[in-house]
Amino acid sequence: MSGLLGQKIGMTSVYNEKGDLVPVSVIKAGPCKIVSIRTKEKDGYHALQLGFGEKKEKRVSKPVLGQFKKNELAPLKVLREFKFSSEQEFKIGDEINVSIFAEGEKIKVRAKSKGKGFQGVMRRHGFGGVGGTTHGQSDRLRAPGSIGASSYPSRVFKGQRMAGRMGHKNVTISNLKIFKVIHEQNLILVRGAVPGAINTIVELLKR
Amino acid sequence: MIDASKILPEQLKTDYPKFNPGDRIKVHVKVIEGDKERIQPFEGDVISIRGAGLNKTFTVRKLSSGVGVERIFPFNSPKIAKIEIIREGNVRRAKLYYLRNLSGKAARIKGKTT
Repeated sequence: MSGLLGQKIGMTSVYNEKGDLVPVSVIKAGPCKIVSIRTKEKDGYHALQLGFGEKKEKRVSKPVLGQFKKNELAPLKVLREFKFSSEQEFKIGDEINVSIFAEGEKIKVRAKSKGKGFQGVMRRHGFGGVGGTTHGQSDRLRAPGSIGASSYPSRVFKGQRMAGRMGHKNVTISNLKIFKVIHEQNLILVRGAVPGAINTIVELLKR
Repeated sequence: MIDASKILPEQLKTDYPKFNPGDRIKVHVKVIEGDKERIQPFEGDVISIRGAGLNKTFTVRKLSSGVGVERIFPFNSPKIAKIEIIREGNVRRAKLYYLRNLSGKAARIKGKTT
């Protein structure tokens, strides 16, 4: 199994075996139910569709509800597909929990980052601003500067970095070390920070 | 920051002596040098206790050859071997940061008279 769905709870610091305080992110991971299985023969690739979190039946649209009803499952909040190797045997309705991860293992964590709103070029792309504050210069301090040359090419190149919406994108952090797996509470403590705000849905991926 | 004391309750220390701001305490800190471990005491006045659960810390202030030295200890740190209470102080405040601006006789904390 290659991954699991979870919810970010927040960050804290705990003691490691040396007695040092280490920063950890707490993620409530799983248990996830297998909602459907994609197979090479039918879909062209192998994947498991995992569902996580509760959802009221009346809030689910009828086509989606039908997918759950077909396999006699309760409606789930999030559905995501995860790859798996074809040797393993899975059944629809099987539960997958934190036990697929081990302490000390390095994983990838993917989530939607915090939205920052409309941001200028300095914050969004790390531009330096224009020039100094003296010699009569005013309100150019955080400006992007020139965005292109004049007669050639007489236009602005595609992909020119400018101000705009920042954040709320899928961000993957790799090589995050699992500090501890707490089976009874379905929790995973990951060393370091994880993208997104508290309660964001995160994907935990095996490398 | 969330309090991890519910997630990892085994990291919470329960056998602590109770002390308050204004008390003079001696903190026995484990120091690892190379592969040897020894105990280094740090004696001073508690000037602040803050936080809760696993995030609780206390600050100890002492004068070391005329220079004020403050050290912040996490309450539940495994590196603290022992805490001794030398003297209970009589203070009216929870945070004794005003001691930083005082020196000599004025910087003393009166002991509790029982």
